[in-house]
Amino acid sequence: MFELYVIMVFMIIGAVVAVNLRGLLSSVIAVGAVGLGLCVMFLLLRAPDLAITQLVVEILCLVILIRATIGRGVSRLQPKASRWIFAAFFIFAVGFLYIAYFAMKQIPVFGEALMNTSQFYIANALSKVKAANIVSAIILDFRGYDTLGEATVLFTSVIAVLAVMRRKGRKKIDERDELNS
Amino acid sequence: MRGMSLIVKRVTKYTVGLIMLFGIYIVLHGHLSPGGGFAGGVIIALSFIHLILAFGRKDAEKMIPGKFLALGESFGGLLFLGLALIGLASGVFFLNFFSSKGTPFNLLSAGIIPLCNIAIGLKVGAGLFAVFMVLSVFRIDDKEEK
Repeated sequence: MFELYVIMVFMIIGAVVAVNLRGLLSSVIAVGAVGLGLCVMFLLLRAPDLAITQLVVEILCLVILIRATIGRGVSRLQPKASRWIFAAFFIFAVGFLYIAYFAMKQIPVFGEALMNTSQFYIANALSKVKAANIVSAIILDFRGYDTLGEATVLFTSVIAVLAVMRRKGRKKIDERDELNS
Repeated sequence: MRGMSLIVKRVTKYTVGLIMLFGIYIVLHGHLSPGGGFAGGVIIALSFIHLILAFGRKDAEKMIPGKFLALGESFGGLLFLGLALIGLASGVFFLNFFSSKGTPFNLLSAGIIPLCNIAIGLKVGAGLFAVFMVLSVFRIDDKEEK
């Protein structure tokens, strides 16, 4: 348990550093450190499926973020920090922590889950589905409908990115709207 | 986007096949070992991204036709939905209709789960690679297009 807290503190520091840095490249690398810390945490909690997925997605996100920001010449942000934004953030953070305190009191203690439905999955995954990897049996057989929803979300997001960034029909910088002219 | 140096290109030629093979292994063994369609698909997409980063846009677009991406994305999604709908013919959505055949811990087991893994791997690999292409390779500014 001790090493989990060390990694958690490391991740929090990484997230704070990522928000406060001015250079975008350093910020992206700090975000990557947070993701890799999460990957190590999944490994320590004995969830190799999640660790593989987290590692791979983190690397993909890093490559896309670096190519989409640094590759385009955007290397620096000039944040306009005003007092009102800080006050709004402070109020939101206090409210969130207050509500989260009551929510956290309801969930079971870490490592001692209730296991009402998952007992059924663990007992029946090998005999009913005949898959050696219980995680894959759960996400593709018992909870296949959820996975279909997740696939739909990914499909929609890809279509949205393609629609926003398409080359046809994009206006040039000095082109005006036909209605306004 | 130009390519990188000769050393990077030469090393990429040797490693990119191994990375893609590892992705295919993770997709096909999703029901036996950790991994699965999503992680394997992202690794396959990363192997193509590796190719593009090393060789630059013009050379890489000859190796990877753009129509393949739309085809993979659509075919993967339709295959996954079709597998779910075939089960509906027997009354249950996502019925695992092959699960009586095959022994556990073999490659050919677990019914439709390997097929679902292949479908998700195709879909995720093609989709995320398309997102990478659009977000980071295509030019936004009109001046750079010429």
